[in-house]
Amino acid sequence: MEWREEAVVLGARRHGETSAIVEVLTRDHGRHAGLVRSGRSKRMRPVLQQGNIVEVTWRARLEEHLGSYTIEPVSLKSALVMDEPVRLAGLTTMTALCALLPEREPHPAIYDATKLIISNIENDDIWPALLVRWEAGLLDSLGFGIDLSCCAATGQTSDLVYVSPKSSRAVSAVAGEPYKARLLPLPAFLLGRGMASTSDIVDGFALTGYFLHRHLSAPRDIELPDSRERLIEYLKVK
Amino acid sequence: MSRRVTGTEIERMIQLLAKLPGLGPRSARRAALYLINNREKIMAPLASALGDAYEKVSVCSTCGNVDTLNPCTLCQDAARDQSIICVVEEAGDLWALERASATSGLYHVLGGTLSAIEGIRPQDLNIKGLIERADVDTVNEVIIAVNATIDGQTTAHYITEQLKSCNVKVSRLAHGVPVGGELDYLDEGTLAAAIKARRPF
Repeated sequence: MEWREEAVVLGARRHGETSAIVEVLTRDHGRHAGLVRSGRSKRMRPVLQQGNIVEVTWRARLEEHLGSYTIEPVSLKSALVMDEPVRLAGLTTMTALCALLPEREPHPAIYDATKLIISNIENDDIWPALLVRWEAGLLDSLGFGIDLSCCAATGQTSDLVYVSPKSSRAVSAVAGEPYKARLLPLPAFLLGRGMASTSDIVDGFALTGYFLHRHLSAPRDIELPDSRERLIEYLKVK
Repeated sequence: MSRRVTGTEIERMIQLLAKLPGLGPRSARRAALYLINNREKIMAPLASALGDAYEKVSVCSTCGNVDTLNPCTLCQDAARDQSIICVVEEAGDLWALERASATSGLYHVLGGTLSAIEGIRPQDLNIKGLIERADVDTVNEVIIAVNATIDGQTTAHYITEQLKSCNVKVSRLAHGVPVGGELDYLDEGTLAAAIKARRPF
């Protein structure tokens, strides 16, 4: 078995003294792990940092084997975020949340969105909003999408400002008024309207965070990554 | 099936030696044979040294270093600069810095790094102890000497945030071109970091 594909490095853990088991996100093979021989070498360590884009060649005798990777660097962006705590928190949140994807199940939309965020990670006006959309996309890819097409109560497609925590559907301002304390604010940028302010992004993270916890992390008895909390705190201070 | 050529005691010794870093089954066999051939000169003192170390080694309650003394030799050394604390991930990093005589200050071993993927949180590391140590009047500077990895730097930023309440200068190791490094062979991230951290010549 052999395939070759571009991939985003999600993480590497040591295996023995010189090797590493590396997890990457690919477009056609999803989240996929493999053994990298000499993965702990001086040459490979900078390449195997989270968020780097690499080209991997996976080889194994059988499909179900762990297999081994040969890795070539393509775009090494991780070193550029190390000085920036907010970007670092954003990148680690994204790579950690990828662990919620089932292994070896392709999610091309998530891969494309991940690459888009990494390529914009130096532009602080763009990537936080993209990350909120990425989280909404993650929920969607895993079958728990937030339905923002129309109001759950009235069916109207305008003036949508809330999301129901029960139905994961949008609610209009008028229909949601009596229950607004219990509804989640829906930032306009998630509907494709206007630029995202910091408070919009924080609202966006609260919205996606609620459903990520409810549908993905709580059933597995795991917590959302700490870095996500830190990211939100950094954004609030900013 | 291969026939056994030694008794169970020697086989057990070989199996245990093979678990050591740098040793595989073949080299463990060679090491075992060497020990057997030098029973009095090497094997007996080694066994005694291992026994002593096993009995006495503990983690320093002050800095997290491993030593047979508690507080450790470094923490007890009055000649060290008490105004500087150098924060490292593991005891191995502390030993590396000491080998280089890079700092004359005190150390603090975190015991790892924050990791979103591995689920390592601040409470899993020795960060609280660091804040308590840094919040003492005699401490002026905390040097964060963690690895230049995503997890290492995430930890560095977290510690920097936590140290804001303490009246200390926080510094970190430089990132860039290693001694003997050729630019042509460096990854673009390291090169970018080196250019960003350039200084007057």
